[in-house]
Amino acid sequence: MFRRQILKGMAGATASLALASIPAFVAPAFAQETVKVGLILPMTGPSASTGRQIEAGARLWMAQNGDTVAGKKIQLIIKDDTGAADQSKRLATELVINDKVAVIGGFGLTPLALSVGPVATQAKVPAVIMAAGTSTIVATSPYFVRTSFTLPQNTAPMAQWSAANNIKTVVTLVSDYGPGLDSEKAFKAEFEAKGGKVLETLRAPLMNPEFAAFLQKAKDLKPDALFLFVPSGQGASLMKQVGERELAKAGIKIIGTGDVTDDDQLNGMGDALIGMITSHNYSAAHESPENKSYVSAFLKANNNMRPNFMSVGGYDGMALIYKALEKTKGDTDGAKLLDAMKGASWTSPRGPMSIDATTRDITQNVYIREVKKVDGQLYNVEFATIPNVKGSN
Amino acid sequence: MTDQTHSTKPSPEAVAARAVLLGRARWGLPEIAFWAIAFGAFFFMPTKLSLLSEIAILGLLALSIDLVLGYAGIVTLGQGAFFGIGAYAAGLAAKYGAGAAPWSDPLLGLLIAGAAAGLIGLLTSFLVLRGSDLTRLMVTLGVALIVDELVNQMKWLTGGSDGLQGVLPAPVLGVWDFDLYGKTAYLYALGVLFVLFVIARAIVKSPFGLSLQAIKGNPLRARAIGMPVNGRLVAIYTLASVYAGIAGGLAAQTTQFASPDYVAFHRSADALLMLVFGGAGHLYGGLIGSIIFRAMQDYLGNITPQYWQFWLGLTLVALVLFVRGGILGLFAKMRDRVLRKGEPA
Repeated sequence: MFRRQILKGMAGATASLALASIPAFVAPAFAQETVKVGLILPMTGPSASTGRQIEAGARLWMAQNGDTVAGKKIQLIIKDDTGAADQSKRLATELVINDKVAVIGGFGLTPLALSVGPVATQAKVPAVIMAAGTSTIVATSPYFVRTSFTLPQNTAPMAQWSAANNIKTVVTLVSDYGPGLDSEKAFKAEFEAKGGKVLETLRAPLMNPEFAAFLQKAKDLKPDALFLFVPSGQGASLMKQVGERELAKAGIKIIGTGDVTDDDQLNGMGDALIGMITSHNYSAAHESPENKSYVSAFLKANNNMRPNFMSVGGYDGMALIYKALEKTKGDTDGAKLLDAMKGASWTSPRGPMSIDATTRDITQNVYIREVKKVDGQLYNVEFATIPNVKGSN
Repeated sequence: MTDQTHSTKPSPEAVAARAVLLGRARWGLPEIAFWAIAFGAFFFMPTKLSLLSEIAILGLLALSIDLVLGYAGIVTLGQGAFFGIGAYAAGLAAKYGAGAAPWSDPLLGLLIAGAAAGLIGLLTSFLVLRGSDLTRLMVTLGVALIVDELVNQMKWLTGGSDGLQGVLPAPVLGVWDFDLYGKTAYLYALGVLFVLFVIARAIVKSPFGLSLQAIKGNPLRARAIGMPVNGRLVAIYTLASVYAGIAGGLAAQTTQFASPDYVAFHRSADALLMLVFGGAGHLYGGLIGSIIFRAMQDYLGNITPQYWQFWLGLTLVALVLFVRGGILGLFAKMRDRVLRKGEPA
């Protein structure tokens, strides 16, 4: 009897679920005075932290600047693509066709951004890249604009600093995919142009990497420094193994891009990181009034989660969309919004930044930082600035 | 073989068997309604066509698992490998065939996808013949992992982790171009699914299909009555890998790229889950499972982009606990109960 009731209950639940899902299939009525912005982010799966940070950044911008621009109400729609490119593409299509969004944004990884490019081009909707960092993405669609960073942009200053600071030989170790290869290429070119020598370029697979063998090889080559790049989220497991191999004790300096010392995870990576030098476009410890208020508001709104470079990508992405709407006086025509975005410049928590009018890529300061303990917590403390570095040429 | 018996004079047993087989092969009203709704969805869900074509493609993948699991009893976690091989085969054909007239044709692309996956399926089927369920599970999983790693490493061919870009298939039948709304994609994917479904249906209702079920039920006894057990298993495993390959080809053509995600383990696991959800051994199980799975993911994902997996998982656990045999199993049980009530005691 009891069993039968449960069965009936289940059938009822399934039926009501099926009914409830009907509204989801019917496009909601489109109100004229709202402007919809659709963010496609990996909210679940291995890159979930990227999605979380960007959403928090975007929401913080809206909380601080109100949800109305040029007389129009901004509505944010978040979609989870689970980090799978076919999902990103489908969600982009649905956002454009069903929700009639004015702008799409997000894109946690390079392949996800690349899959959306054709949709943006066909639908003539601006697509704001808030995370993916391969330099070539923006050129694949005339509707791409970037508010994150590119790997060559963040890497070249590291090579310049190394060459100027008595580092003669380097081994590079990067993840074997677009951004990693970008980073390797930029480092090698810049470092060798300045008279240094790259002894070996090692590439670890992106999925399920096992760094031990690569690190041992790097150690055996006895370079002055080991340059590291892995995507946001993999830094902790890499640095744990770097610590275990005792590379620092062997006299090898550990350098890299700020992706490795991601603010989101840095504090949990342990004191072995103290002294590591990285170059990057954002640190939560950046000294400016804008960043002070950004970090404190972010911590408060997100249960003490520290903002990382992904979060400012989302925050500045929304800033760019707001600025474009102000300039078009609320006109949501894709081409007009895109024109308004080109050449926009403002002061972000990361420092001064602008959108290059011809490449649509980001120009920003890149900082050289050292991992230090401040008030008992690990931070990337900036000590040198390379101003106005272009995202791509 | 069978022809010899009724070319002379059919025995009464043969006549009866023939009637049973024909009866099994008849199309029922629910089946006709199912396909009418599927094709009708083109008109009454015009805003969801991309999702629907994805469902059709996943349904085809789940159907291919049903052929090996539901009918031949081979537990597989590696069907995603064939899906991925098909995706890359069709993707590469469309990418490098662009401009060179016949090669970027979508239907030819599907043939290439099916042939490539079928070839690998045929070669690996001999591994699957060895051992019991658990060993088979390991072998299929192992094959999938090898394919995954090959795709990851063969950067010059597959584009590695960045995926295969620039897949631009020619218009379907030279007329219908793949559009942003997914109109062509849906009718194309559904059309291919329907044709392959009809073929699969004919196969499982044939004496060959019945022999597979006998093998699933008791391989030793099947062999004892003279069935070529290994040959049958190789045949159905290869056929299923052709199906999975065509599903992958459809995916690459409709989304216009291929990425290692198409080969990844979770693709096999998801498809298996959908099949279990819908009910294995009914052919429709995979289709219904993929509809409900994807519709729920879409619906829950819109409400809570962060936690939809939790609710989906909860529903799955409830389904497995209370409804054995999936959703179609539930229907079958209800039908039996109604029929039994109608009978005089």
